[in-house]
Amino acid sequence: MDPKEIKKDFPIFQNHPDISYLDSAATSQTPQAVISAMDDYYSKFRSNIHRGLYDLSEKATNLYEEAREEVASFLGAEKDEVIFTPGSTWSANMLALSLEYSQILKKGGDIVTSVMEHHSSLIPVQKLAERNGRKLKYITIDDDMRLRLGEAGELINQKTALVWISLASNVLGTINDIGKIAELARGNGALLVVDATSAVGHMPINVKEIGCDLLFFSGHKMLGPTGVGVLYGKKELLEKMEPGVWGGGMISEVTKSGASSTKSPHRFEPGTPNISGVIGLAEAVRYLKNIGLEKIKEHTEKLVSLAIKELETIPDVRIFAEKDPKKNIGIISFVLDGVHPHDVGEILGRDGVAVRGGHHCAEPLMKELGIKATNRASFYLYNEEKDVKALIDGIKEAQKIFS
Amino acid sequence: MEEEIYKQNILDHYKNPCNKGKIKDFDLSGSARNISCGDVVSVFVKLNKGIVSQVSFEGYGCAISQAGASMLTDKIKGMKSEGLKLLSPGDMYNMLGIKVSPGRSGCALLAYQALEDGLKNV
Repeated sequence: MDPKEIKKDFPIFQNHPDISYLDSAATSQTPQAVISAMDDYYSKFRSNIHRGLYDLSEKATNLYEEAREEVASFLGAEKDEVIFTPGSTWSANMLALSLEYSQILKKGGDIVTSVMEHHSSLIPVQKLAERNGRKLKYITIDDDMRLRLGEAGELINQKTALVWISLASNVLGTINDIGKIAELARGNGALLVVDATSAVGHMPINVKEIGCDLLFFSGHKMLGPTGVGVLYGKKELLEKMEPGVWGGGMISEVTKSGASSTKSPHRFEPGTPNISGVIGLAEAVRYLKNIGLEKIKEHTEKLVSLAIKELETIPDVRIFAEKDPKKNIGIISFVLDGVHPHDVGEILGRDGVAVRGGHHCAEPLMKELGIKATNRASFYLYNEEKDVKALIDGIKEAQKIFS
Repeated sequence: MEEEIYKQNILDHYKNPCNKGKIKDFDLSGSARNISCGDVVSVFVKLNKGIVSQVSFEGYGCAISQAGASMLTDKIKGMKSEGLKLLSPGDMYNMLGIKVSPGRSGCALLAYQALEDGLKNV
């Protein structure tokens, strides 16, 4: 896999040939194929799905439902197990409401999560715990930035109703040993929800192998458009679940006194969905499949390995990341002592290196690490070794300015 | 690099801030938080006959927010309390004297927002 060749597929790099884009963990770039697929919807067959009795609507409906098949096969799931949502934040919120509304969680049982969760995933479950009067327990991390599995073994027990945890950390890059967590959840009759937002499109993922009950992610972190995402749920579970959000297109009958919903997965997709977004997402999946997730993962491993090696040579840089590239999703956080992450980010930005500075929507994790904020560099298929070099040069420059 | 943002005076104020620390006796205080990084600045003002006699700030943040706090507290020392209410974001930008990108406006205005918060409570 040659990133120079890959770059040709992405118009952003033609418009900004010198940029070192190391912020894919915030949002990735979009290949032309995805942009074209979405354009086609708007210019060739825009119409609403599932309702029209004319050609345009049939075409849109077909592509929308084909997208479901595409995503399902990408995840090792069945077609009816894929729900399209506006993204991870919406997936998490809708799911939390749905679990509550369906009353399928063990009565009075605890919820177990981790200190490394993204706010968008954590807050919906925190609110759920608050509303239901359930205890919310946190698995902490060790000095290697890995979940303490021994602790997980104690926290997840017969009293656990729900385990809600990320597959990979958006700050540390750590890929969690979800298989072990799934075993614990299953052994104790708890539901397992996985936030795979940082992981999907960056490593091979199979929901059956993970052994989760539900899983969600966003399209925009895996070359797809913004405003679209996926919630996967096991078929037999979705059939038992009520939607948490209601609207048109998901109803079997409505009277003045009530409404009943249609079948899954459509009953979890209220309102007119992001049709072009779903079509674009499916195109992103095809693009990723074509290159191969294993190759992409191997590529980011090389960059992570190089970046860690280089960062370790700079005095006053502290790395907060999974240092084994195989267990890292392509994300490294670091702090340059004496220079605030915003200042480092600004100096890098002016040199054409796009990184993030802040708490990365993971304040409980920052607190756990005893820091306020970090800089974060994240790597994807289009990054090159020269991007790592630009990063290192920029950090050294920041150090010089502030010395 | 485009226009220099880390000018010497910004770096000087950052490394050796004026009026840093909490004064014991103050008449008004306020805080502001930058939601993207969690940085916080608190401002403390002591008034004597309607005039700012002592002022200080506490906080943690980037060079822009900390230099801004240092400059703002310097500026308002000796000002009439009514004058404080007439300060605007433009005054902060003028003092900093650099082109602040939209992404950094929260940093540049942090101390100003802390003072504004304090004035609300008066």
